[in-house]
Amino acid sequence: MTVMQKQQEKHTPKPQKFRVYGPVATVYGSSNTGSWRILCPKVDYEACIKCGTCARSCPANIIDIIKEQSECVVIDFDYCKGCGICANECPVKCISMVVERG
Amino acid sequence: MTYKMMDGNLAAVEAMKMAKVQVVSAYPITPQSNIAEKLSDLVASGELKAEYIRVESEHSALSVATTAQLAGVRAATATASNGLALMHEVLGMTSGNRVPIVMPVVNRGVAAPWTLWCEHGDAMAERDMGWMQFYCENVQEVFDLILMAYKAAEDKDVLTPAMVCLDGFFLSHSMQKIVVPKQELVDNFIGGYKSQNTYLDTEDPMFICDLTGSEEYTEMKYQQKVAMDNAIGVIEQVQREFEERFGRKYSIVEGYRTEDADVVLVALGSMCGTGKHVVNKLREKGKKVGLAKVTVFRPFPAEKIREILSGTRCIGVFDRSAGIGGQGGPVWSEVCAAMKDISCDIRNYTGGLGGRDVSPDNIEKIFDELLEISQGKRKNHTAWIDLKENAMDIRQVIKNV
Repeated sequence: MTVMQKQQEKHTPKPQKFRVYGPVATVYGSSNTGSWRILCPKVDYEACIKCGTCARSCPANIIDIIKEQSECVVIDFDYCKGCGICANECPVKCISMVVERG
Repeated sequence: MTYKMMDGNLAAVEAMKMAKVQVVSAYPITPQSNIAEKLSDLVASGELKAEYIRVESEHSALSVATTAQLAGVRAATATASNGLALMHEVLGMTSGNRVPIVMPVVNRGVAAPWTLWCEHGDAMAERDMGWMQFYCENVQEVFDLILMAYKAAEDKDVLTPAMVCLDGFFLSHSMQKIVVPKQELVDNFIGGYKSQNTYLDTEDPMFICDLTGSEEYTEMKYQQKVAMDNAIGVIEQVQREFEERFGRKYSIVEGYRTEDADVVLVALGSMCGTGKHVVNKLREKGKKVGLAKVTVFRPFPAEKIREILSGTRCIGVFDRSAGIGGQGGPVWSEVCAAMKDISCDIRNYTGGLGGRDVSPDNIEKIFDELLEISQGKRKNHTAWIDLKENAMDIRQVIKNV
């Protein structure tokens, strides 16, 4: 996860408000890039070999592989833009892109 | 304190070195090239402890310098002419994100016609980009004004970048004897760099330059306007402190023998030295003339201009940029606006373009015209003072028709 995203979830121990001049923000109002998504990755867990290629190729770095879980590919849909790179890179083609809205 | 022989470019480098810049990203362009070269020499020899980042253009040079400074150090760059024009878009990023960079601009005309030589057209084209602009009369002023620019730019009530403009070749390549203070004195004057307001720090992240809608943009521009307004007082305070520490007196506008003058010429840059020489010469002949040297053009020191010019009925303003399509040059327009409630006759003069020397003869001609106008002996003035008679026939070429 990017530093900005982490910052929003874990504030510094003593956050204080300061006046700043210019276009500055510490909370990024448009951070929910998941709202851009038109196609959504859908994993066929029967076919998945848990290799982690999707996680490594995700440009937003928001896929985790949790091998102990039956639904082992965990995607953070707050930030998944539906780019489809994971589906494209998957060596067993177990990820399909399905229409979420259109 | 020691004396050194230096040209304007070296004086600029010396000042930036003594300000302990830690990142340099400069792209060479005549007549600024020696600044980029000398800074790179200093980094290579270890005399300047800085990172020298090679960039492929002026656009990148200022982008790197701006973001490096956001990371918490003084960053150095410098440019001229078309290089400054290529920086145009980034100039707004630097000032709008309130990054107080100090950048020498070695004044050279912007093409076309291609020119390598001095005029103020390059810096004047950027006068509304939210940067302060200082203009130097001589090499000592290049050194001094850069130091003062750091202190003014980084002031918490200003936080605005500054261009220190030095005339191409007339200053950049002119060797003069200058006073170089001890490092300790400079350290005490400007101190180390401290990030304020906006900064990039992974321990305390912030998002800089987010998309800003119409509900906030006006206010952010107003913040910049207020910073510029504050800068007048801050620069004057910095100049007073500079005089106490270094013994050289500066003013945002210097009135030279203006107190009892019948006519005054307003000018900026290296031509002011010639102007003062002509004033002295004409004073010996009993002609009451004076010169107003504009050291700070942005923010425009309107009040100080009024203070110096209010007793003068006939004023000439010399623009070393063509101001094509305007009613006169940019300095003239500003002076007119400053004097709008005061009854006086303000004449626009344009000259010294593309390296043409602003000669004592031409300045004398201006003063004589102004004196005749003030005495009612003359109505019109020669706005393009150094124009050749055959301007419209300057080149004839053979064409195959």
